[in-house]
Amino acid sequence: MLDLQGYGPRLIEGAGVTIQLAVLSLILAILLGLLTATAKMSRNWFLHRTATVYTTVIRGVPDLVLMMLLFFGGQIGVNAISDMLYDHYDIDIYINFNAFAAGVLTIGFIFGAYMGETFRGAFMAVDNGQIEAGKAYGMSSALVFRRIRFPQMMRHALPGLSNNWMVLLKTTALVSVIGLTDMVRVAAEASRATHEPFTFLLPVAAAYLLIASVSEWIFVRLQKRYDIGFGGQ
Amino acid sequence: MKKLLTVSVLGLAIAAASSAQARDYDHVRIGVDVPYEPMEYRTADGELTGFDIDLGNALCDQMGVTCEWVEQEWDGIVPGLLSRNYDAIMSSMTINEERRQTLLFSDPYITMPGAWFAPADSDLEEATVETLEGLSIGVQRGTTYDNFATDTFGDTATINRYSTADDMVLDMDAERLDAVFLEFSVGKSTLLENEDSDYKVVGEMVTEPKEVFGEGFGIAFRQRDEALAEKFNEALAELKEDGTYDEIFARYFGEE
Amino acid sequence: MLDISAWFNDLLAGNVIFTPDTLGYYWEGLVTTTQLVFLSLVAGLILAVPLAVMRSSKHKWISLPIYFYTYVFRGTPLLIQLYIIYYGVVFVDGIQETFLWPILREAFYPALIAFTLNTAAYTTEIFRGAIKATSKGEIEAARAYGMSQNLMMRRIILPSAFRRALPAYGNEVIFMLHASAIASVVTLMDLTGAARFVYARFYAPFDAFLFVAVIYLCLTFAILYFFRFLEKKLLAHLRPQNT
Repeated sequence: MLDLQGYGPRLIEGAGVTIQLAVLSLILAILLGLLTATAKMSRNWFLHRTATVYTTVIRGVPDLVLMMLLFFGGQIGVNAISDMLYDHYDIDIYINFNAFAAGVLTIGFIFGAYMGETFRGAFMAVDNGQIEAGKAYGMSSALVFRRIRFPQMMRHALPGLSNNWMVLLKTTALVSVIGLTDMVRVAAEASRATHEPFTFLLPVAAAYLLIASVSEWIFVRLQKRYDIGFGGQ
Repeated sequence: MKKLLTVSVLGLAIAAASSAQARDYDHVRIGVDVPYEPMEYRTADGELTGFDIDLGNALCDQMGVTCEWVEQEWDGIVPGLLSRNYDAIMSSMTINEERRQTLLFSDPYITMPGAWFAPADSDLEEATVETLEGLSIGVQRGTTYDNFATDTFGDTATINRYSTADDMVLDMDAERLDAVFLEFSVGKSTLLENEDSDYKVVGEMVTEPKEVFGEGFGIAFRQRDEALAEKFNEALAELKEDGTYDEIFARYFGEE
Repeated sequence: MLDISAWFNDLLAGNVIFTPDTLGYYWEGLVTTTQLVFLSLVAGLILAVPLAVMRSSKHKWISLPIYFYTYVFRGTPLLIQLYIIYYGVVFVDGIQETFLWPILREAFYPALIAFTLNTAAYTTEIFRGAIKATSKGEIEAARAYGMSQNLMMRRIILPSAFRRALPAYGNEVIFMLHASAIASVVTLMDLTGAARFVYARFYAPFDAFLFVAVIYLCLTFAILYFFRFLEKKLLAHLRPQNT
C-alpha cells in the first residue's frame, strides 16, 4: 500500500481545509452572485455600474493575483482603519484577517462575479408570463421570488453553477501558494522533505477527481429535481 | 450600496474570529519562517525548534510573558508584522539600513555570515561577477541574499527565487541550480550535512558590504512598539549575563 | 480624500518602487508570460485537433483513453500538474545525462509542458462539442457527394466546427492567460513573479499587485477584442440578415 511516511493525518487535515474552504466560498459566491445579478438587472444606474465594474475587473485579472492582493493587502487595509482609530482617538483594536478567512473571502469574492453572470442569464430565462401570473394571483414579490422565480431560475442556473463549482474547487489549490495549509500545500511540503513527489501529489490529484466526481453526481440529481415538470427537455 | 454593506458585514463576521488586542504585552506573538534549519525548523514529530525558537522562548520566560509562534513565509513576513498578524519577527532577520526604514530592531543577538554553496564537483572556486556569469543561482525571495545577488549578479546570471529554503535545496539536488547563496548555518545543515549528495562552500564567508549584510540578526518590531523592543533588549542582556544564552548557542553551534 | 491625493503625490514624487529597474522586471515578466501562454496555446491547439477527432470516434478503444486524459487534466488543479511535471521529471532515472536535460532544467519548459497538456485537454473537449454539433444535413450532403470519411472531416466538419468553437476557445485563451500566473511558484519570473519580487523587496502589496492586475486586465481586453473581431469575420454568415 501507499506509504505516506507519516504525512497521512496532515494530508487528511489538509483535505478537510480544502473542502471547508470550497464549500464556504461557494456559499459566499452564491450570495454575492445573487446580489450582483439583482444589481445588474436593476434600473438603478449606480447599482448597475458597480456590478458591471465588479464582474469585469474580477474576470479580467488572474485569481492568484487577486488572492495575493486581497490576502497581503487586505490586512493592511483593515489596519489602516484601526491605525486611524489609534492615532486620532487612542482606541486600540485589532481585527485579525486570518489566512482561512482571507481565503474564503477572496475565493468567494472572485466567484461571486462568475455566479453573478450565471444567475443573471438564468433569471432572464424565466418566462415573464409566469411572474405576471404569480402577481395576478396576488402573491407578494417576495413570494413570487421564492415560489416562482427562484426555483425556475435554478433550473437554468444549475449547469453554470456546476461548472463554476468545478472551477472553484480547483482554484482552492492556489491558497497553498499564499500560505494556507490545504492538501496541496501539505503534499508539496512532503514532496520536498522526502524527495518523493509522486507519492504525495498523485493521491491529492486523485482526491480532487473524487470530489469532482461526487459533486457531478449530486448536480445530476439536483438537475433532475429542478427539471420536474419540464420532462423531455 | 446594499451590496457593499453586505460584503463588509460578511467580511467582519468572518474576520470576527478576531480578538481585541490589549496594549500590555503579556502575550507576544512572534512571526517565524520555517523551515530554516538550524535557526528554526520542525523535528520529525512536528515540534518547533531551533536557535531562534529556544532563545525566543527563553526571552519570553525572562520577561514573564507567554509567547506564541506564528509561521509565515519569508516573502510575507514584514507585511505580516506591519499588519499585526504578530508583534515581533524572530527569524534570522539581518539588521540593515534598508529594513530600518520600515522596522524597529532589537540589539543584534547573533551574527551569522552568508555563504555560497555549490555541488562538490563544481569548478566554482569563488563567487564573482565573472565566475557566476551565465549560471543559475538560487536565493530565497526577499532575503538580504536575494537583494545582494539581484543587485550584483542580476544582469549576468539567472537568479531563481524560492519561497522556502527547502524548495531551493530540492532544485539544487535536482541539478537545476549551479550555486545557492544563503546563510552559512542553514546551508551547513541542509546541504553540507545532506547524506545523499556532496556540496561544498564556495569562497569565503560573506559579511560585506555592511549596508546589505548588516550588524547581525535582530528581533524586528513595528516602529511604534519601542517599549516592547526595550523589554526584549533588557531580557537579552540578562540572558547573556546569566549564561543561558551561551547554553542555547552551544546547543546548536557547539562551543566556540 | 486628502489621504488619497497625498498618496498619489507620494506615488509620483518620492517613488522608490517603480524605478527603471523594477519596471524592467515587469517588462521581462510580460515577455515571459506572453511567450509561455502563446507557445502553450499553439502547441495545445495542434494536439487538440487530432485528439478531438479521436475523442469523437465511434470506437470506444479510441475515444476512451482520450476521455480519460481530458477527464484527469480538467478535473485536477493545474498547480498540481505543474508540480508533478516540474518535480517529477527530475526523478526520471538518468535524465540529467540525456540531451533533454538542458531543456528540462530550466523552469520554463516543464511549465510549458504542463500548460500545453492542460490547455490541450480543455481545447479537445471544446472541439469535440463543436464536432458533435455539426448539422446532419451537412454530413448527408457530403455523403451524397460521395466524399470519403477523411475528406468530409477535412472539408466539411472541421471548418464549421472551428467556427462554432471560436467563442468557447476565446474563453480558454483568457483562462490560460490567468492560469499562467502560477508559473512563479516554480521560480519563473513571469508577470506575477515580478509582482511577488517587488512585493517582497518593498513590502508594498498594493503597488506591486495592483500594477500587475492592470496589465493583466489590459491583456484580457486585448484578447477579448481580438476574438470579437475574429467572430465578426468568420461567423458573418450566422448573423441575422438585414432585410
